Amino acid sequence: MTTALNPKFTFDTFVVGAANRLAVTAARTVAESPGSAYNPLFIYSGSGLGKTHLLMAIGAAAKRLAPDLNVEYLTLDEYVEAFHAAIGAGQGDAFRRRFQTVDVLLIDDVQFLTNRLEMQAELLRLSEALQAAGRQIVLTSDRTPVDIENLDERLISRFSGGLVVDIGAPDYETRVAILRRKTEERGAEFQPGVLETVAAASFANVRELMGVLNRLVAYQAVNETPLNAEGAKQLLGIESRSAAAATASGERVPTPDEFAAFLTDVTVTVGKAVEAWRARIAEAILRWEGEGYRTRRLEALLEQETPLAPDEEIAAFARDVERLRVLEAEVSQFDPQAAGQSVFRDPERLVEAEEAASRVRAGAAPPPAPSAALPFSHFAVGSSNQLAANVAREVIEEPGRRYNPLVFIGKSGVGKSHLLNALGLELARQPGAVVACLSTQAFIDELITALDGNRMEWWRARYRRATALLLDDIHLIGGKDRTQEELFNLFNLFQDLERQLVFTAPAHPKTLQGIEQRISSRLEGGLVVEIAEPDREVRRVVVQRALGAQEVPDDPALIDYLADRPADSVRSLIGLLQRVVGAAAAQDVPVSAGLAREVLEGGTAAERRRTVGFRTSGIVVSSAGGVRSREKIVWDWGAPADRLIEELR
Amino acid sequence: MSLVNFTTREITCKIVYYGPGRSGKTTNLHYIYGRVPESRRGRMVSLATQTDRTLFFDFLPIDLGQISGFTTRFQLYTVPGQVYYNATRRLVLQGADGVVFVADSQARQLDENLESLQNLQANLLDHSIDIRTMPLALQYNKQDLPRELILQPVELDDALNFRGVPSFPADALHGNGVFETLKSITELVLRRLAQGAPV
Repeated sequence: MTTALNPKFTFDTFVVGAANRLAVTAARTVAESPGSAYNPLFIYSGSGLGKTHLLMAIGAAAKRLAPDLNVEYLTLDEYVEAFHAAIGAGQGDAFRRRFQTVDVLLIDDVQFLTNRLEMQAELLRLSEALQAAGRQIVLTSDRTPVDIENLDERLISRFSGGLVVDIGAPDYETRVAILRRKTEERGAEFQPGVLETVAAASFANVRELMGVLNRLVAYQAVNETPLNAEGAKQLLGIESRSAAAATASGERVPTPDEFAAFLTDVTVTVGKAVEAWRARIAEAILRWEGEGYRTRRLEALLEQETPLAPDEEIAAFARDVERLRVLEAEVSQFDPQAAGQSVFRDPERLVEAEEAASRVRAGAAPPPAPSAALPFSHFAVGSSNQLAANVAREVIEEPGRRYNPLVFIGKSGVGKSHLLNALGLELARQPGAVVACLSTQAFIDELITALDGNRMEWWRARYRRATALLLDDIHLIGGKDRTQEELFNLFNLFQDLERQLVFTAPAHPKTLQGIEQRISSRLEGGLVVEIAEPDREVRRVVVQRALGAQEVPDDPALIDYLADRPADSVRSLIGLLQRVVGAAAAQDVPVSAGLAREVLEGGTAAERRRTVGFRTSGIVVSSAGGVRSREKIVWDWGAPADRLIEELR
Repeated sequence: MSLVNFTTREITCKIVYYGPGRSGKTTNLHYIYGRVPESRRGRMVSLATQTDRTLFFDFLPIDLGQISGFTTRFQLYTVPGQVYYNATRRLVLQGADGVVFVADSQARQLDENLESLQNLQANLLDHSIDIRTMPLALQYNKQDLPRELILQPVELDDALNFRGVPSFPADALHGNGVFETLKSITELVLRRLAQGAPV
């Protein structure tokens, strides 16, 4: 850090002229009795007029007169850099102590104190300490203390408190003397008049003068004929005036405590190196913070003196952020609101984020799909439902375009739900299709749960992802204003995007109770198809398939008999069939047309009683002969609070 | 050798002074030894012949104390310069973090310098180290000799410093350039730390 004094820069090599005589005299005095004459000595001048030379000459002379003196020369920038590095390395106090023991402190270029408030404070403290201890300070600058911008008043008064001298540009005689001496030092010789010619040209400073001299020396060295005054003039006219610094290393005077200086340098270097990780971490913090991630984890690293492996920590942090991004993107697909959670912006909470994502993932499972137990192939088609089946096929071919919405109406148990699910299954086969197929009751229940859990966005997003919405028993939304509101919005969205809507209802939409006009009119706006009571053909197919499922041997008489029975729905037909099969099982006889006739027409009262409450697949047959579908009865009313919320909203 | 150990918070620099015989490697170490406070330096191990030629190697451990929370130690080695001790040279080079090549500035020693430099390159290569990746500084020693006997630093740079590494004129006997060289190689070595190189 500390620059060694250049051995060439002594008073002996400093050419004294009118412009610098005062400065040199003051400098000599200071060198001879450091700390007692002018303290501080402030030398100012333009660039290249010998400030540094004089400063080093003071150091060299002081050292020569009293070899035990601790002389330090450095530029302000070096001082600042060393100070920062020392502070960064936690060696600030050692640094201060070291400078407080300097006997002659030579600081070059203090004009760079401009705007460096903390360094000004530091230098003020140091100069106070040094002056109090009678130690010499010499400063140089390219302007007077007052002219240094934003310099602390106290420093101005302190700097001006000793002696402020300037070095002017050398006059002609001095320039000639300088050139002569330098020529001599180089061991070069010029014809008479050459140096005078050079000196006569106006140069802003000595450094430029030296640059020109170097050119002349070099020119003469490569040319056989010695340069004359005229040649020099020509050369100067051609040559640019930029100084070419030629340095030749010669004898070096060892600095007083080489090891201490070395140690300081190593400290600074190590400081910088070790501090490099701080810079990298700070960089990483800036970057991730800018992207909206919490960087507490990295900040904690900065607080440590030396973390174990900063680069690995940064890499791990980056990996975690990357993972958060993936999670966030995934979650935002399901639920944009959930993706905005702070947990996806904090790598420290990655585990929580993973959990949150998996919750969303689970919660955002596709909306309820159609039942695989009700495929299209099992749907018995006859004259009673031919139209409905045909329309369904057309919708499968061109979902969302032809009949949207499609509403199947018909009595309970005629196969609306079956057709709805079958249609849903077919739609779901198409690539990229997400088919929501559920009962309106389930739809309402989900909505209530979402309201309760404040997850309406999630709920909406879930249904908005669907490419088709099929709701069974749409009449159940009667009186459910909030559900109708949400359905209305979905309705519009689906129609705008040409996504298929299919509903079932027991009667024509316009006759349904409690449904808003805007919904019922929309339901009517598509196609309303009625499924009539099953015709004989349908009944036959249903009976045949049901008996086959019960592993009853194919018996045309039995099938015909059952198919001919009056049944207003497929479901009641299945009910009749179940009664027969049940009776056969009870009596341990094979199922036959005769048995069926006996059970269904001429059965004893006792037999009838026994079938009371006979539970079949979803059918309760009452003694009065009426059939109630379990599916059509709300058995479970859930928590009353849910309904209250529904009502309140 | 691990240069920086973050776990034990240690920085250990092994610096090897390389060069032809009688170029002044041991003199460098002696000068440094003389300048390091007793508390900071270990015993300088010097295995020398009766005529003070390095027989095996010199070893000077220096403890720089705590720097930035790291216990910092320097180990300075010299190799024997004579041609026939190549095995020793190779051994000493092992695990070196930086090399100071001490060249003899005498004009008549130029060939020895070149030969030794080539030998350094070959020995590093034996350790699978490319000399271009090894922190290296050149020292042109004996610049105090009469001008007519020696080559100037510029000339030596032309002859030896074709990689453009830092070079220093020196007079190791009187200490000129010794610490400058050490400082430079130290900086080169430690700069690798800043680049996060070997851990």
